[in-house]
This record gives sequence, C-alpha cells and structure tokens, in this order.
Amino acid sequence: MLPYLLIPLLPLSGFLIVGLLWPYFRGKGHWITVPLVALSCFLSIRAFMDTLNGPPLHYVVYNWIHSGHFSASISIMIDHLTAAMLVMVTLVSTLVHLYTVGYMKDDSGYDRFFSYISLFTFSMIMLLISDNLLELFFSWEGVGFCSYILIVHWYERRPSWLAANKAFIMNRIGDFGFLLGIFLTYTVFGTLDYSGIFQQIPAHLNDQILPFSAFHSQTSASVITVIALLLFVGAVGKSAQIPLHPWLPDAMEGPTPISALIHAATMVTAGIFMIARLSPIYNASHTALLVVGWTGAVTAFVAATIALTQRDIKKIVAYSTMSQLGYMVMACGVGAYGAGIFHLLTHGFFKALLFLAAGSVIHSLGGEQDIFRMGGLSKYMKLTFVTMLLGSLALSGIPPFAGYYSKDLILTEAFKDGSLGHVFWAIGVTTAILTAFYTFRLIFMVFTGKENFSHDGHHGHAPHESPLVMTIPLMVLAVGAVFAGWAGEHYDIIGYLSQSMTVPHFSGSPAIPDDSLKLISVIAAVVGIATAFLFYGRPSSIPLALSRTFRPLFELSQNKWYFDEIYDAVFTRPMIFLSFILWREVDKGVIDMVVNGVASSCQSMGASLRRFQTGQLQNYALVMALGLFGMVSIFLFMK
Amino acid sequence: MVPLSWYVALSSTLFLIGLVGVLIRRNIVIVLLCIEIMLNAVNINFVAFSKYQHVIDGQIFVFFVITVAAAEVAVGLGIIIALFRLRETINIDEINILKL
Amino acid sequence: MQMAMFAYFGAAILLSALFVVYFRNPIYSAMALLTMFMHIAGLYVLLEAEFLAGVQLLVYAGAILVLYLFVVMLLNVQSRGRFVQKQTPAVIGLGVLAVIELATLIFHTRFYPELPAIPHPGVPTLGNTETIGMVLYTQYLFPFEIASLVLLIALVGAIVLAKGKLKYR
Repeated sequence: MLPYLLIPLLPLSGFLIVGLLWPYFRGKGHWITVPLVALSCFLSIRAFMDTLNGPPLHYVVYNWIHSGHFSASISIMIDHLTAAMLVMVTLVSTLVHLYTVGYMKDDSGYDRFFSYISLFTFSMIMLLISDNLLELFFSWEGVGFCSYILIVHWYERRPSWLAANKAFIMNRIGDFGFLLGIFLTYTVFGTLDYSGIFQQIPAHLNDQILPFSAFHSQTSASVITVIALLLFVGAVGKSAQIPLHPWLPDAMEGPTPISALIHAATMVTAGIFMIARLSPIYNASHTALLVVGWTGAVTAFVAATIALTQRDIKKIVAYSTMSQLGYMVMACGVGAYGAGIFHLLTHGFFKALLFLAAGSVIHSLGGEQDIFRMGGLSKYMKLTFVTMLLGSLALSGIPPFAGYYSKDLILTEAFKDGSLGHVFWAIGVTTAILTAFYTFRLIFMVFTGKENFSHDGHHGHAPHESPLVMTIPLMVLAVGAVFAGWAGEHYDIIGYLSQSMTVPHFSGSPAIPDDSLKLISVIAAVVGIATAFLFYGRPSSIPLALSRTFRPLFELSQNKWYFDEIYDAVFTRPMIFLSFILWREVDKGVIDMVVNGVASSCQSMGASLRRFQTGQLQNYALVMALGLFGMVSIFLFMK
Repeated sequence: MVPLSWYVALSSTLFLIGLVGVLIRRNIVIVLLCIEIMLNAVNINFVAFSKYQHVIDGQIFVFFVITVAAAEVAVGLGIIIALFRLRETINIDEINILKL
Repeated sequence: MQMAMFAYFGAAILLSALFVVYFRNPIYSAMALLTMFMHIAGLYVLLEAEFLAGVQLLVYAGAILVLYLFVVMLLNVQSRGRFVQKQTPAVIGLGVLAVIELATLIFHTRFYPELPAIPHPGVPTLGNTETIGMVLYTQYLFPFEIASLVLLIALVGAIVLAKGKLKYR
C-alpha cells in the first residue's frame, strides 16, 4: 500500500515543508516541491502499470467514522479510471511546477505559491483515489479552497479578491447542491461507499420522493433522479457549466500556471470525473442524463460564441476550456462516459499547453494580455509559436492530433443516441467550427501580422523566447497533444476505461456511418481555420464590418451574454439590499438596541439608585428609622 | 401609683424626641447630645421595669449603659475634634466623602 | 403625691429635651440637656433607685456634659445658614407615624396598672446600693470587668484621636 499512499502524501509533505518553513527558503522552495511532485508522478505511472492488467487496487487507510449505522473511511481505490486520470493530473502538475520556476521567478510570494500548488495537487489526488462520497466531498472542497487561495495569490490587487470570491462562492453554491445529494444518498442507500451505492441502485429504481413537499406540492420524482441532479449541481459549479460558469473567466486574474493547472486540466475536470465515477446512478435515471446532456451542449455553444470576440488572450483560452468541458458533459449526457473521459485526458494536455504558452507570451511581453496589442511574435518566440500551433491544431480537431480522436468520438457517439443525439451532434459540429475559428484567430493575431506591441515591454528590450524551464513543459505537453489521441485510439482506451463505467450500446445502426461523421468534423474544423485566416491571417476589414453589421450579436458575445449583469441584478443587488436592511433594522435596530438597551438601562438604574448614596449620615439614619417604623407598622396594622 | 404604661409612654416619647433631634440638627455636637437623650430614655425604661418586676437586673443594665455612654462620648468627641482639624467644619452636611 | 411628682418630672424631661433639639446655640442645648439629666435623676429617686440617681448626676451631668461643653467651646464655630436639615419634613412625618404606632402599642398592651405585690414579704429588703453591689460583683462580674476594659479603650482612643500629629524633631 505504501507506494500508493505516497502518491498523495508527497505533494502534501511538499506543502507542509515549504508552507511551514517558508522564511528559510527565500526563493528556493522549488528544490523541495518539484522533486516531490515528480516522484508522485512516477509513482502514479507505476500504479497505472500495476493496474493495467490486474484488478483495481483498494486499501483502507484509516477507519475514520464509525457511528451507529454510518461509517466512513479514508481509502485508496485505484481502478482504470483513477489510474488514467492520476497519470494526467500528476504529469501536468509536475510540468506546471517546473514552469512556475521560470514564470514566477521574481514574485514575492514564490515559495507560498509552490506550497499552495502542492496542496492543490494533494487535494486533487485525494479526490481521484477516494472510494466514498465523503472523502470525495472533502477533496472537492479542498480543491475549491486551493483554487481560491491561488487566484488571490497577488492579494494586493482588488480584481484578484473579487475573482477569488466569485470563484469560491459559485463553487459553494454548487457544493450546496452536492451536499444535499450526499445527504439524500445516505438517507436512501444508508452508505456513502461507491460500491455500496452501486449494489443497491437496482433496489431503489422505483422509489419516489416528494422534492417540493416543503411547499405542500405533491409532485413526486424518482429518488435516483433527484440524487443524480443534486450531485450534478455540484459538477455544474465545479466544471463551470451554465449557469454557474461566470467564475471561470474571472479566475484568469490568477497567475497563468494555475490557470493551466486548475482551470484547464484538473479542478474543472473534477465534475466530469464525478459524473463518470457515479455513472451507475446516472445510467439509472433518464431524466438526469437529459439534463446533463443539454447543460453540456448549451455550455459548449454559448462559451464558443463568447470566445469569438474576446480580446484577452487568457480569457479566450478560458472560454475555450468552458466550451470543451461542455463537450465532455454532453458526452456523459448521452451515456458515452468513456468518450468524455478520453476527451478530458487529451484536453488536459493541449489546454494546459495553450495556457502555458499564453503565459510564455504574456511573460515575454511584460504582462500584456490584449491580443490586439501583440502580433508578429513568431519570429521572436519560435518554440512558443510551434508548440502553441500544435496545441491549437489539437484543439480544433485536425487529425492526427489529439483533439480529433477524442472530440470526434464524442460527436459520433452523440449522433448515435437517437434523434436527440442528432441535435447534440449538430450543436457539437457548429461549436467545432467556432472553436477552430477563435483558436486560430488567436494564433494569427498573436504570432503573425503587424507588430502592435511596444518594444520596451519586458525589462526594456524586445520579446524573446522564454527560458528553458518554461519551454520544456511546453515541449512535453506538445508531445502529448500530438500523440495522446492516436495512442488512446490505438490502445483502445475506451475498452480500458470500461472497467469503471459502461460503454453505451445504441440499438440499430446509425443513419450515417462513422467515417462520414468524422469527415464532416474535419471539414468543420478546416472551415473554421480558413475563415480565421481570411479575417485575421492577413490585413482585412471584414471583422470590423461584420461587427458593425451585426452589432447586437457582437455586443451579446463580447459582453458574455450579460450573465454577470443578470446575476448582479437578480441575485447580488437584492441580496446586498436585503443584507443592508437586515443590518440596519435587525442588527443595529433590534439586537444592538437590546444589548445597548440592557447596558443603558443598567446605567440609568445605577444613576437613579446612586442618589440614595448621599454620603450624609443623617440620610442613612433617616432611612434606617423609616425602615424600622415601617416594619413595625406592617406588623401592627396589617394582620 | 403611677401605672407602668405611663413610664413606657414617657420613655418612648423621649426616645422619639432624641431620634428627631439626631435626624434634624446640622451641628455634629448637637447630634451627639440627642444620642444621649435617646440613651437616657432607654435608661428610664429599664429602671421603671426593674421596679415594677422587683428584680434588680434592669438597674445593673442601666449601670452598664451609663458606662458605655461615657466611653462613647469620649471617643465620639475625639473623632469630632480630629474631623474638625481635617475639614474645619462641624456641619454634618459637609462630611460626605461616601457620596457616590 | 407620686403622680404629681411624676407629672412634674415627666413634663420637665420632655420640655428640656425639646429645648435641646430646638435651640440654635449649642451652649443653650447643653444647658437644656443638663436640666434633663437632673430631672431624670429625680425620676430615678422616685423609682427608688437612689444609687443610679447618684451615678447619673456624677457621670452624665458631671463628666459627660462638661466634656461636651469643653468641646463646644474648643470648636468655636459660628453656625451659618439654616440649622436644620433638608430632610426635616420627612422626619416630622416619621415622628407622627411613630407616635401613632407607639400609642397603638401602649394602649393595646396591658402593663401593670398597679404596683404588683412584693414577692417575699417579711424579708428585710436591702437598700438600693447594697442590692446593686451584691449582684454586680457576683453575678455580673464578667461584664463589670469588660466595662472597665471598655473605659480603658475609650481612654486610649480618645487620646489618640484628639492628639493630632506627632511632631518629630
């Protein structure tokens, strides 16, 4: 058990050592954390090998709660799903640790950053190897917390606080639903262990529950559906699906390494991992799958439309992430969990690559993030250009790069799922065109064309290639972006993953054969790239003219479909107003009045009683005499 | 024969006069004089009862009351003199350090 | 006969007590108190307590009153302002209440209207002084000794209080 236990413990010890002893490190913290997380990656690969042909590993580390009928333990469970994800997570984490050495070199919170990303890695690993919902929830909260403290790393900046608060609060809203799901799970199944739940699902298939009984409503729903939907709310928050998505673009306030690590490859994928892990529950509820599928499809499309008009390089990649997460959720919605996880794994590689490359560009330009103020960087930063190009090709779904295999698998599986599947497929293809377009819009604007940046950006000289510490991770990830898809297809990753989840069986043969569908996807990608070239690859006035003609649509896209404004008006302002009223009336008016009233009444009583203490002897004597004669008169006259 | 109740009435009235004097006068020395009046009233009571019950113990008590009254006067006047040195007044109103 | 004497002594006592409370000049009050003491001594004689009458005159009129007069003359303070307290109305009310209560008490109790019979007739009675002496030094010896201690303490205390600060040279 020890080597597997070390996988989470090594990053945790990295966090503890650097976190507690940070004054002694003074910029050398990476010597501890990077080797530890690299070792953890090596052990993950070994665990992957160990479980390749054998049964899943399952160890109980610590029997934590044993109270009446409820027991929960901290355990390690590594089956195929977990092993594959562990390798991806630890590898990306190691590469990000390495990249940070170069990117955050001059930062004052250098060691603090390392300790926190090690803590995050620990939480993410615990999330993956948990075997019960309680452990999952703890790690879920852990990654959410780490996301918060990493986004607010530059804590003197106000936008950082706002973004971190937004991320954490929206996450918590999702977690509230998740927690309700966990409570309901325990109530229905009596256990929180995955195996226990899965065994009992068939017995509760027809159980009904009154979800709105608090409002005296008699609508009943299948209890499995309610559980699945509540748990999905958590995934909506964690994986930035609509409607709990606005935190993800704002989270770009954090340093680029964490955008790559948390908001591309790992934390946001936790939601999809959870759905895949709990696939028996979702498979038992058709309604839940419907909701999941639609949420994913809508998110994918809306995010892609927003990315079309963004100017900030990191926000473009962030919306791209959101769109791809929508794809993965949609895949789960049609029951193709394996395809979703496959896309998750390849996406982890090429999205982290895109973020790190974007960070390299930002770093070399001294902090510039607006793509309209870049341009022609390909001759200064050849390595970054090539790797980012490879990542973009992978994202767009051009064969033989990684995204083609995984994204196409999702689209073809979706098409096979009946007439609703056709709708999902159509949305997916449209989104693929948009994806290719905005990705290459970014490439053309940043790396080709006229140079719009000032040459005094970074340390007062022209942009140059980033140091080796930053480019090695780019190269490693580029290798992954190129080969991961082909490798997955060749080594039948779906079959490999099917140990942990069901492979969908669709009845009948599809109307259109698979190969034609794949061809359509490739054409879609090429169309997108060509359009981007037309608009941005050479000087052109088409974009400007289009934005003027379709002004309402342009505004809608650029303003992120006004989600932030709507939430502000509907939720935030009334809440603030309500809080203000409660503060003024209840807190100040009632509670303070009571407390201050007690104090001031004591004071006034004291002031009035003080008048008895005149200090004059004869007053005291008079009172004594009055008391005496008063008592005598009571005894005499009142029998 | 004088009924006992008349002696009791006399003694109580005298006591009340002394009490009123204690409570009313502003001069400390006069207050002490009125305390003496009260003590004497009690003495009258004791002696009257002693005679009417044919026991001598009442008069013994009067003996001791007189003794203690003498001691008390000595000490009390000493206090007044010390207080006068401090405050230059024998007005009882102006000795109010205990005032809150 | 006895009634007349009681009436005289009682009236004089009450009147002189009223004068003590009434007079503004402390010397006058002291003189009124002297009168009261002497009449109380007379009342004691009427009550066949001659020894106490003598003690009363010696101690009260002879020592205590003289002490008061010395102190009054020592602290030669001119009284200014009013000479009764602000709480006088309350005290008057108290007085009235007390009088009513006492009257009720006295009239509802049966005190001896007549002098009761002598318990041991035929036994030759001793004089007042001998009787007191017999009891004082046997039954009440302990209080007697304590009383002497009290006087000693008063003596020391009065000296300490009135002496003032020692001036060291």
